[in-house]
Amino acid sequence: MNFFLEVVAGGLLAGVMYALVALGFVLIYKASGVFNFAQGSMVFFAALTFVSLTERGWNFWLALAVTLAVMVVLGMLTERIVLRPLINQPPITLLMATIGLTFVLEGLSQLAFGSQPHGLELGIPDVPIEWLSEKWNISISQFDLFAALIAGMLVTILAVLFQKTRIGRALRAVADDHQAALAVGIPLQHIWTIVWAVAGCVALVAGMMWGVRNGVQYALTFTALKALPVLILGGFESIAGAIVGGLIIGASEKLAEVYIGPMVGGGIESWFAYVVALLFLLVRPEGLFGEKHIDRV
Amino acid sequence: MLYREAGQFKSTYGQDQQIFPILQDRVAMSALLLVAFVAVPIFGDQYWLSAIITPFLILSLAALGLNILTGYAGQLSLGTAAFMAVGAFMAYNAMLRIPHIPVLGAFAIGGLSAAAVGFVFGLPSLRIKGLYLAVATLACQFFILWLINRVGWFSNHSSSGVITAQRMVILGYEFVSPASKYLLTLGVVGAMALAAKNLMRSETGRAFMAVRDMDVAAAVVGIPMMRTKLLAFAISSFYCGVAGALYAFCYLGTVEPEAFTLDLSFRVLFMIIIGGVGSILGSFLGAAFITLFPILLNFVSKGLESVLGVEMNHAMVSNTEAIIFGGLIIFFLIVEPNGLARMWQIAKEKLRLWPFPH
Repeated sequence: MNFFLEVVAGGLLAGVMYALVALGFVLIYKASGVFNFAQGSMVFFAALTFVSLTERGWNFWLALAVTLAVMVVLGMLTERIVLRPLINQPPITLLMATIGLTFVLEGLSQLAFGSQPHGLELGIPDVPIEWLSEKWNISISQFDLFAALIAGMLVTILAVLFQKTRIGRALRAVADDHQAALAVGIPLQHIWTIVWAVAGCVALVAGMMWGVRNGVQYALTFTALKALPVLILGGFESIAGAIVGGLIIGASEKLAEVYIGPMVGGGIESWFAYVVALLFLLVRPEGLFGEKHIDRV
Repeated sequence: MLYREAGQFKSTYGQDQQIFPILQDRVAMSALLLVAFVAVPIFGDQYWLSAIITPFLILSLAALGLNILTGYAGQLSLGTAAFMAVGAFMAYNAMLRIPHIPVLGAFAIGGLSAAAVGFVFGLPSLRIKGLYLAVATLACQFFILWLINRVGWFSNHSSSGVITAQRMVILGYEFVSPASKYLLTLGVVGAMALAAKNLMRSETGRAFMAVRDMDVAAAVVGIPMMRTKLLAFAISSFYCGVAGALYAFCYLGTVEPEAFTLDLSFRVLFMIIIGGVGSILGSFLGAAFITLFPILLNFVSKGLESVLGVEMNHAMVSNTEAIIFGGLIIFFLIVEPNGLARMWQIAKEKLRLWPFPH
């Protein structure tokens, strides 16, 4: 039983990490209807920039600030160069543009900072919490809890941003209907810039978390692909969906790895999450929290 | 002046429906085929034949398959490479396990197996649409590769998972030289491209396009959604499967499952974006572009090296290549979302009027 709980807890906490990446996708999808395939490479780019700066002896906060600035600039450039000329194109075109962006970002980050893997240290050790393992014999990593805390904070901040602020209301208006939002005087381009910048910041947080866990390396972009089943499970439009989806995927993936994996020879984590998401979709085609889509002719 | 249909009258329905209604097009196409079938194998350089032209043709076929699904039927798929892998490994197994099977029969078995897999993974498309479906097809990509890696049967229990394509013999003639492999590929690709062109002009093709343009409306006017979508998946995967078999037998020779990663899926997807979504010609143009572009880039970087006298290391070149590649895709989407095929069409329109302005 203890072991089961440990596996579930570990899975849930890993799910939080997926959710962190998925959050960035959701933000951009909500506000611009763009499925941003480049989110994974944004995570990689942000983490690599940050880690390279700290390795050059920069102060932690200074490196963080500079990386944030870089991500904001990146968001602005993306809006200006990629998205603005593609307004009113079908979603599939926009998706492909972001795949192009993926290549650019991956090439750029490796060209600038090299392709060797980096270790990242945030000062929070990745070790089991002592009193938990003593009392209940469950080992849960301290760092995982920290990541969950950060994710919780991030979601709270985003929720407040979306629900309470003027910018948030504008974002939701844009998400509902581009034209209507434009008609009431919401500057679409500013909104998109803000969203991409915020998504860049979320990418940085996700990148730092993943960087501590697995090191900052090219494989990070593949990890980010894991956020996709989380997304289709939770629904593209829902921040809550990203979190809940992340938890479900994380827990079921870990359980499958431990209990089903040995039966079929292991290695199932590469696809299991997708199959779970797919089965969910067959029941609820718009994901758990996605908006119900009504087709009209 | 030269390219004008003035004076060419159509007096039968047959003439009205031919693929190339204009005489000049027919002449140009015949010339192209003549060059492809006769001149290229005779005068073609061995290296170019085996390392560039043959893979170009094979990838064109894969792009054609994806174009049937994505461009014509409107179902975005990111699992092309998985279907190719199925085709490659099943063709290998057919050759291995069925005695005296002809090569083309093995290719067909590879294609049909891929079609069956496509059928299964097409089932979710009945419930989910658009981007959700695209992500769902990723499941296929990862699952199939895992399965091929994991189950020893596919690679005949070779310890490394690598298979070596068998000898190809048709009517006692063995295809060994690059030129003969090229001709085999060309024959298969040409026949299948013709079939695809005709299929898209038929009722089935029009049903695909109706589903692409608006599936609810298509269902309302009586197009059977299930049959059309699943057929699109099956046909598309058949093409990809045959392409995969050719990839293994005529190009690579020895194949590991890692040859068919997500990267290949993306490359094929880029081919149809750059070539033109929903166009047979576009599949070929896109494949040509994507195959030739790295060579051109390599050439340029070599030239730059000798001019500037700096040594560029391999990582730098490949990263620059990725940047230019990605940038180019974005550029293409912005400038001409309909791809090279559309540019070709515009050029033909211009040519018809030339040298007059109207």
